[in-house]
Amino acid sequence: MSVPNEYMHDEMQSSFFKQLNLFDWIFAVLLVAGSIFAYQKYSHLMDGYEVGILFFTAASLIALGWLWKPMRALMFYIAVLSLFAINLYGADLAAAENNFFLKYLFSGQSATMWMSALFVMATMAYFIELFTGNAFTGKVAVAMTWSATAMGFIGLLVRWRETYLHGADIGYIPVSNLYEVFILFAIITALIYLYYEKKYETRSMGAFVLLVITAAIAFLLWYHFERDAAEIKPLVPALQSYWMKIHVPANFVGYGAFALAAMIGVAYLIKDSVVKRNPNGLVASRLPSLDMMDDVMHKSIALGFAFFTIATVLGAMWAAEAWGGYWSWDPKETWALIVWLNYAAWLHMRLMKGLRGPILAWWAVIGLFVTLFAFVGVNMFLSGLHSYGEL
Amino acid sequence: MNTANKKHTRLGIIFEFLSSMNFAITLLVAISFASVIGTVLQQNQPYNDYIIKFGPFWHEVFKTLGLYNVYGAMWFLALLVLLVLSTGVCIYRNTPTMLRDMQQFRLNVKEKSLRLMTNTQSWTSDKDSNDIDKQVQHYLNFKGFRTRVKQHDDHRVIAGMKGSWNRLGYIFTHAGIIVLCIGSFLDGSFGLTIKEWTGRIIPETRDIRADKVPATARLSPQDSLSFRGSISLQEGSSSNLVFLNIRDGYLVQELPFAIELKDFRVEHYTSGMPKSFESDLVIHDDQLDEPLKQTISVNHPLIYRGYAMYQASFGDGGSNLSIRAWPFRTQEIQAMDIKVEVKKSRVLNTLSGKYRLEIDDFNMFNIFPNTDEEKAATGKKFKNFGPSFKFKLRDASGVANEYHNYMLPVMQQGRLFFLSGMRGSVADQFRYLHIPADNNGSLNRFMAFQSLLHTSEKVKQIAKNSVKAAMSVANQTDKKMQDDVVNSMMNLITLFNQGGYIAIEADIKKKVPEDKQVNVAEAYVKILQNLLQNTYLEVLKQEGIDINKAVNNFDNQFYEDAVSAFAGIAAYGSPVYFQLADFKHRESSGIQITRHPGQNIFYLGCLMLIVGIFMMFYISYQRIWLIVKPEDGKLSLTLAGSGNRNQRDFANEFDQLAKQIVKSSS
Repeated sequence: MSVPNEYMHDEMQSSFFKQLNLFDWIFAVLLVAGSIFAYQKYSHLMDGYEVGILFFTAASLIALGWLWKPMRALMFYIAVLSLFAINLYGADLAAAENNFFLKYLFSGQSATMWMSALFVMATMAYFIELFTGNAFTGKVAVAMTWSATAMGFIGLLVRWRETYLHGADIGYIPVSNLYEVFILFAIITALIYLYYEKKYETRSMGAFVLLVITAAIAFLLWYHFERDAAEIKPLVPALQSYWMKIHVPANFVGYGAFALAAMIGVAYLIKDSVVKRNPNGLVASRLPSLDMMDDVMHKSIALGFAFFTIATVLGAMWAAEAWGGYWSWDPKETWALIVWLNYAAWLHMRLMKGLRGPILAWWAVIGLFVTLFAFVGVNMFLSGLHSYGEL
Repeated sequence: MNTANKKHTRLGIIFEFLSSMNFAITLLVAISFASVIGTVLQQNQPYNDYIIKFGPFWHEVFKTLGLYNVYGAMWFLALLVLLVLSTGVCIYRNTPTMLRDMQQFRLNVKEKSLRLMTNTQSWTSDKDSNDIDKQVQHYLNFKGFRTRVKQHDDHRVIAGMKGSWNRLGYIFTHAGIIVLCIGSFLDGSFGLTIKEWTGRIIPETRDIRADKVPATARLSPQDSLSFRGSISLQEGSSSNLVFLNIRDGYLVQELPFAIELKDFRVEHYTSGMPKSFESDLVIHDDQLDEPLKQTISVNHPLIYRGYAMYQASFGDGGSNLSIRAWPFRTQEIQAMDIKVEVKKSRVLNTLSGKYRLEIDDFNMFNIFPNTDEEKAATGKKFKNFGPSFKFKLRDASGVANEYHNYMLPVMQQGRLFFLSGMRGSVADQFRYLHIPADNNGSLNRFMAFQSLLHTSEKVKQIAKNSVKAAMSVANQTDKKMQDDVVNSMMNLITLFNQGGYIAIEADIKKKVPEDKQVNVAEAYVKILQNLLQNTYLEVLKQEGIDINKAVNNFDNQFYEDAVSAFAGIAAYGSPVYFQLADFKHRESSGIQITRHPGQNIFYLGCLMLIVGIFMMFYISYQRIWLIVKPEDGKLSLTLAGSGNRNQRDFANEFDQLAKQIVKSSS
């Protein structure tokens, strides 16, 4: 039976594969080709799980690019610039000092510095837009946030190569110490934010979300300059595992989403307290509606919760392989459980009890502190098996 | 809610309470707080540590509350059981409704209620109702809705539903939690706790050999469903006994097979950091035709018959050390050669009495980070001081000092020293005695110097010669004065030999009035230095060095360092310097052995949980109704929809749907 004419237009819109354009397919083909190239070139260095992770990552990235179109361009730029930088390196780590492009733009550390600067400037630009209402500044803020994210990814990818230039047996995926995961945290939080910014078509939450990223950058810079944290050091045996490649990124989608929800919570509370006194004031009129912020907060926590669950389960599976038990009540595990229980309670309150309003916003803000403790506090104050990222 | 009559029975009230949201949230928060305790208070430490930390009163309180093993405490288990119960009751109560939701299209919905819904739209059409019916159904199907149609007397209802898996998500997440809890209960230590309560097992607290452990502290393979313990194997040895630590004691778990350690290896990065730990294991089991050989390393365990073996730690497995014992404070240079094994001890007769030498540990490598200057000089980030060993020297009264001696002389500020660390208690840092190495890298010159200093007739001769020379320069010949000076020199050197500068200082304080102490001290040091220098020249002469020429820089520096070392020996506490001459390294590997039969059940629960969460969050459960009612020769249509999440998103989607449906039907 043929589809009646009236629906043809709608069908064009709704059939997922049919709405993909030429660029989508080129993008997918490039990703698949890239993965096959990587497989052919490096499969002798990978175990079965890592090959699986390679192709799973490619598939996920294709899906991400298709569902959220700007990702295609982002990935394209990241890939081109990272490959450019890696090519400049050749086999010589000293190029980081000699080559202009590496020294000032794309070496792991330089790109990270650019990311840091761009995030800080973007934060300021978002605030300027919030207070002045200048849309141009807002657009600049968005562009800078995208660029910062790209630079962060380039920094990590080039650093990945750099670890191997330090020695074939040293090389590791750069999500293995506190310095590296702070970069990861910043760019993942930014990406999640950019998604909601586009979806809800408002830039007024940017100032708040970028604030938490700036805080992370401040720590990152302190850590870099005071503790020489950017130095590449080989991994201890416990961390040499393919689990690292999936456990850590999944965790940071969780952390990033929780951080974002908390910052939206802050904006919510400010608006909530101001709007009653002065409904037409600057803050009240510039910030998005309470309903919308409530919605973003909820979606973000749901996203974070889903990924945090995956990450914790992956962590348990890794623990079963490395420490002899999937659950040892190690402080890091325990705090992951506490974070999980906290957001589980939050979601129950909202979904089952239908709670809305400032209580949930407060709860999301407090949740950030619980998360923060699980993220860095445990490593700083408590001893245990997870004592890798010490300050 | 749905069963009001249940409220009246007592069971009903309990039911109601267990499944209430407030109770569930209270539980989640309570478990969180309980978990925090276990991360703040270090778990399963020896009781003595707690007593020191909290004092006897609070220790008793904390012990009774089970705070030293929160996650194994009965009240914590009770919290978890309540969580499982609460979750279970929720599933029991909600599942029938949800399953019904998934099946029922609510075809008897009234037009009036549709008009009251948030997302609703009404319009009229001239088209044939069958056409509309077909087109709308087709469209809804295309959009992923399942549809049903019911013809009522005066109207027709088309009902659509999609995303009903969302409802399964609820069941999956909550059932997943129950399943994973069951899995982890199977693997928890509660079986042991119950056996302990009933007195069937009593943990052993004495440090005795495994075969002497009484039956009450032994577990056969059939006894325990799950456990987690460790075993330490020396290279070349094998065992089938695992030790399970329980508070301040342990249990011995028997395995149905024996594990042999063939070899243990540590590999290092070029920087000196450890890169891998590997153990070559051989499993001896009657069930095997031939022994199973397998290498395990960190992140790569061996799983055999449900028992998992992990590379957990390593240590010294009784290396054989050859030690040269050089006596201090004597004219003897005769070193004694001793052979002793790590973790063993032996008695030594020294000039200052009987001592027990207890060898604690031996290390092949001692890796330290280089300072910035050293980095610049060597281009390396780390330096290796080479092998070392740790030991205690216990005197007859039982008091012991702990020592850390390096085998090879270590470069410090461009000079080579034999380093020996000493501390009186574990809480202290090691303080190092620096004994300079001679130009052959040996101890010989230092020992010769020391020996000569303790040979009083020779020192006296040297003192006499130097005094004579000094007096002849000053044209003095007073025999009495010469003897006095020589005697006071001998006095000084005796004091220095016995207790270094400190002894001399004490002597001055005792005998000299306070206002003259500084002057006297200066004079003494000059005299002492003179004697020490002349004695040292004598040592150089014995070595065949022409002492009439200027002393070279190395020999000069050696003198300074040697004198500092002599001064330090006073506080060193050992009458002997133990030099590691040779060793035969034997390592041991710490292997963690676990049995977790509930692991796969746990993973199944986790999988259900994850799948359920994604279903709940990312499958939208939506319903659509269209009522088609003939009215005045036309058709009156009413469309309404509801979604269970994201009202904003659903409102948009509904508008799209409505637009298409209105367009095609009007």
